[in-house]
Amino acid sequence: MAVPALASQEIAEPVEPRAGVLRNVFSSLMSNRKALAGLAVLLLFTVVSVFAPVLAPYDPHSLQFDALLPPSIQHLLGTAANGQDIFSQLVWSTRESLLLAVVAGVFATAVSVVIGVTAAYLGGAWDHVLNLFTDVFLVIPTLPLMIVIAAYAESHGVWVLITVITVTGWSYGARQLRSQALSLRNREFLDAARVRGERSLYIIFFEVLPNMTSLIVAIFLGAALYAVLAAAGLQFIGLGDTNDLSWGTMLYWAQHNGALLAGQPLWVIAPGLCIAALGGAFALVNYAFDEISNPALRPVKKRKR
Amino acid sequence: MSYLLRRLEFFAITLWAALTVNFLLPRLMPGSPAEAMLVRFHGRVSPQTVKAMEIALGVHSDQNIVQQYFEYLGNTFTGNLGVSLTFFPTSVAKVVMLALPWSLGLVGTATVIAFILGTLVGMLAAWRRGGIFDAILPPVLIIISAFPYFWIALFCLLLFSLTLNWFPLGFAYDLTSSINLSWDFIGQVVSHAFLPALTIVITSIGGWILTMRNTMITTLAEDYVKMARAKGLSPLRIMLQYAGRNAILPNLTGFAMSLGFVISGAILVEIVFNYPGLGFMLLQAVNGEDFALMQALFLLITVAVLVAVLIADVLTAWLDPRTREAT
Repeated sequence: MAVPALASQEIAEPVEPRAGVLRNVFSSLMSNRKALAGLAVLLLFTVVSVFAPVLAPYDPHSLQFDALLPPSIQHLLGTAANGQDIFSQLVWSTRESLLLAVVAGVFATAVSVVIGVTAAYLGGAWDHVLNLFTDVFLVIPTLPLMIVIAAYAESHGVWVLITVITVTGWSYGARQLRSQALSLRNREFLDAARVRGERSLYIIFFEVLPNMTSLIVAIFLGAALYAVLAAAGLQFIGLGDTNDLSWGTMLYWAQHNGALLAGQPLWVIAPGLCIAALGGAFALVNYAFDEISNPALRPVKKRKR
Repeated sequence: MSYLLRRLEFFAITLWAALTVNFLLPRLMPGSPAEAMLVRFHGRVSPQTVKAMEIALGVHSDQNIVQQYFEYLGNTFTGNLGVSLTFFPTSVAKVVMLALPWSLGLVGTATVIAFILGTLVGMLAAWRRGGIFDAILPPVLIIISAFPYFWIALFCLLLFSLTLNWFPLGFAYDLTSSINLSWDFIGQVVSHAFLPALTIVITSIGGWILTMRNTMITTLAEDYVKMARAKGLSPLRIMLQYAGRNAILPNLTGFAMSLGFVISGAILVEIVFNYPGLGFMLLQAVNGEDFALMQALFLLITVAVLVAVLIADVLTAWLDPRTREAT
């Protein structure tokens, strides 16, 4: 096994402590098969979304073809109810779906960091209130809340979706970050910073956060998975911009036009598989992160008799 | 007892938060689509009903906001939620109560099945570390967890209803029959609920399996398990009564936290199968711009989740003696 051997060499090299943590995480990721598979899928989708104009054979909005054509060499996945090429739509949709996942994931993570770390750092009554706030958001079912907010919104553009997903998707991460920050709070290097007279903001940004990098990355991956599924769900029931191209919107139109009954199952299957592949990629890398930080969870080789 | 008291306090606070969010949302959003809706009611329902809806939706507010808030709370607790536009002239409270049993039956049963099955499988996977179960399950479950609930529902519909014709296409019973208590009707209800329930089980079971497996792995390394092994107790007894019993507690706490996600998924499943529960009703309310019904449904779904969480808390208190110690 060449890959793990290489990784352990890297770990053994004497490196500067903080860079070492990141490099260890990176090399462990590279030697974990689940992580590699997930990263490969993410890379593939990034390439597809950048080169969508080249990769898609037709204009995704073009109505020039016959409606509901079966799959063929010209139309790999057939055509939709108004004659659009389904494969071209699928390729172009990668952009919005990936963008939503990453941007909403980043925003939700940022809110988690602010609330979770603030609660732990300030402690006392602040911690109690913020923690309660987090728990309340954790328990309230998110989809009905998202539906209600989106229904009141005047437009249904990408930014409404991002806002709604951020508002509903931060609580899980905040809870995890708070407990990790609590365990850091009384460590000596923080005491040292306080004695040096550093400001609270400095301590939070330059002393606490760098020590939580790997958890923050893991939370981002979880939030991105949540964003993929939440966006798909909202778009599927028509609460996204139905003129946009995204996998959830494709499913909305497929359902709207009775694709299954009309004998176009690929119109439903293809976007669903893309959503699952993107979400699965985030989930796999996330699980690999878990395995790296908790060695007990790593797969065990069956003992040879 | 203090554990249960704390959980009751949390229940009350969350309920209050949900009520307040429900009150503030229409007031925070720019523009008022609800106003256009309410105009359609004038002269068709009693003035008190219109006023109750105006207060709930934040329209024409000549009172100050504190008065409105208390009147809204009073209206909500007495079930005075106005009239549904989609199902005119039925009152919102009545529409909601018609949908509730279908959702409770479907989602409740499916969730309990998924939880019990998932916990057992997770226990076995951890027990046989390195076995087939343990090697294949985690990656497969992670992939399944990334599939949108509604898409699994569409897929089941395609496979089992359209292609194989094993199950009906949607709704809760044959549209030609009316609700009664004959065996024939009960059979219809079961066959109509089977696919939606299957979808919910497939999509939610993975979470239970993975958390149970992961806590079980930690529990199996505990000294009391080693002690039990050294005493020569039967493996089944160690698995169920020593390790499993302790590992199940975090899973039960996790139940409370992930229930919101399960319910969110179940809403979409109901929509795909046109199952006449709260989720399907919610979509109809949104599409019909029936804001009074929409807000009542949001509130009821949230309350249902909160009650389920409270039940899980009571179970935890009953199973875990540590929670009963005064702290």
